[in-house]
Amino acid sequence: MEIIKSRKLKYEYIKYDDNGQPCESYTAVKDVDLDVKAGQFISILGHNGSGKSTLAKHINALLLPTEGSIWIDGTDTKSVEELWKIRQKAGMVFQNPDNQIIGTVVEEDVGFGPENMGIPTGKIWKRVDKSLESVGMTAFRHRSPNKLSGGQKQRVAIAGVLAMHPKCIILDEPTAMLDPNGRKEVLAAVHELNKTEGITVILITHYMEEVIDSDKVFVMDQGQVVMEGTPREIFSRVEELKKYRLDVPQVTLLAHELKKAGVDLPDGILTTKELVDKLCH
Amino acid sequence: MSLKLEHVTYTYNPGTAYEMHALKDISLEIPAGQFVGIIGHTGSGKSTLIQHFNGLMCPTSGVVSYKEENIWQEGYSLKRLRSQVGLVFQYPEHQLFEADVLSDVCFGPKNQGLSNEEAEKKAIEALQQVGLKEKYYKSSPFELSGGQKRRVAIAGVLAMEPEVLILDEPTAGLDPKGRDEILDQIAYLHEQRKITVILVSHSMEDIARYVDRILVMNKGEKAFDGTPKEVFAHYKELEQIGLAAPQITYIMNELQAAGLPCDCSAITVEEAKASILKALERRKND
Repeated sequence: MEIIKSRKLKYEYIKYDDNGQPCESYTAVKDVDLDVKAGQFISILGHNGSGKSTLAKHINALLLPTEGSIWIDGTDTKSVEELWKIRQKAGMVFQNPDNQIIGTVVEEDVGFGPENMGIPTGKIWKRVDKSLESVGMTAFRHRSPNKLSGGQKQRVAIAGVLAMHPKCIILDEPTAMLDPNGRKEVLAAVHELNKTEGITVILITHYMEEVIDSDKVFVMDQGQVVMEGTPREIFSRVEELKKYRLDVPQVTLLAHELKKAGVDLPDGILTTKELVDKLCH
Repeated sequence: MSLKLEHVTYTYNPGTAYEMHALKDISLEIPAGQFVGIIGHTGSGKSTLIQHFNGLMCPTSGVVSYKEENIWQEGYSLKRLRSQVGLVFQYPEHQLFEADVLSDVCFGPKNQGLSNEEAEKKAIEALQQVGLKEKYYKSSPFELSGGQKRRVAIAGVLAMEPEVLILDEPTAGLDPKGRDEILDQIAYLHEQRKITVILVSHSMEDIARYVDRILVMNKGEKAFDGTPKEVFAHYKELEQIGLAAPQITYIMNELQAAGLPCDCSAITVEEAKASILKALERRKND
């Protein structure tokens, strides 16, 4: 069964005038049919304002569709009584780590989710231990979150979601504010979770290099999914991506340029190793 | 006409158990008209450094001077300095506050004492320079997209006509096209108005494409200072301090290790392409 499935999903932002009457509306997402299998690593690309974050917020029922439906692990997000179950199944990590950390000590922050769920204390600590271990932050458990680096804070935020035992984690530009090292740390942690724990990952990013190891990539434009495929399929279409205000990894662009200049290379080269192999052997 | 730091040290909480040196004995000079990139991992001292450039922070010891004048000497107008050395903070759109775009951009020049008409003229010029369409001038800044807000915020600093423009991660959170547009615009201003630009960024690819000189900060000290080619040649050392070189640097080094004699100092896609094509041509002829 699909962990995330949507049909004809549409979302309109409505602006109200001073009398509380709707006066303007803006369609942020439309006609989105999504099928994500449990355990997949999915990336979503798209320019600012293309609808990525609006779509993401539907996955844990922060927003409900204006039209159409979305099901998380078989549950329609419109069923209000299931709301907390849905949020527990699909956890979200946002761009700015400082906006989502509330505890004064790392381990307390991670325990906040399960505590809210009414888990017995002993079990909460077990979950905290396990979650901190999964993101490699055990050594920092007694520290104050505001003394951590950006990458470390994001890993704490991810641990906080993990402690709720979700089936799916949605990360909305989790690396936008991080330095190269922080970016590497966070991505490694997320890939590890996907591989070892089988957690479904939805990664929204503007960094093309972060996408190359995904199972599937969706490209959004004007609220719709306009491209869908493996990273290699997507990044083979350099010119089309540029049309959607996107880019390709530098190595892919270099290969594309060399090919245009007459060098015999396949489309959609994704890694340095591939390019070196093709040019030197 | 330059910005100069001599033996600048900045210490947080001096004399207490929490004493921390954010800057240690930094000496550097940025001549007028240079395009400088500053890189360093989170907590390396980049932000502390740039806040010394326009007198938002006062060094614990050492001298900061602008145009040969010590900015902390008695009688020096820091207010004037700050309109000459403009600083665009990270996520500057969080500082937008006016009812419409044009008024927001007018705020700076009005504070400089210009009349409403003059301020508006400066504001419109600045908005044109950042490429914001006229139809948005009367919109609320909060109705704009992330990239547009960022432009409005940058225009707010440009409207004061600074001689030095410092930008702290101006492209964080923008899509690739938005990144290119903002940086191209800044490079254009640098060329047209000959302003000095200091760009703090985590994107090595961006830095490689635009700047004349890179300053690398590590633990409050200057780790490297040189042209992009010089600095990125140390890519292994950069990795040790939590940074990286542009992807191109790695490609070129690996190609060479695999026996294709190409130029390892190439740091942009264009340079790499030219160098690889040349190397392939040579190989064919051998």
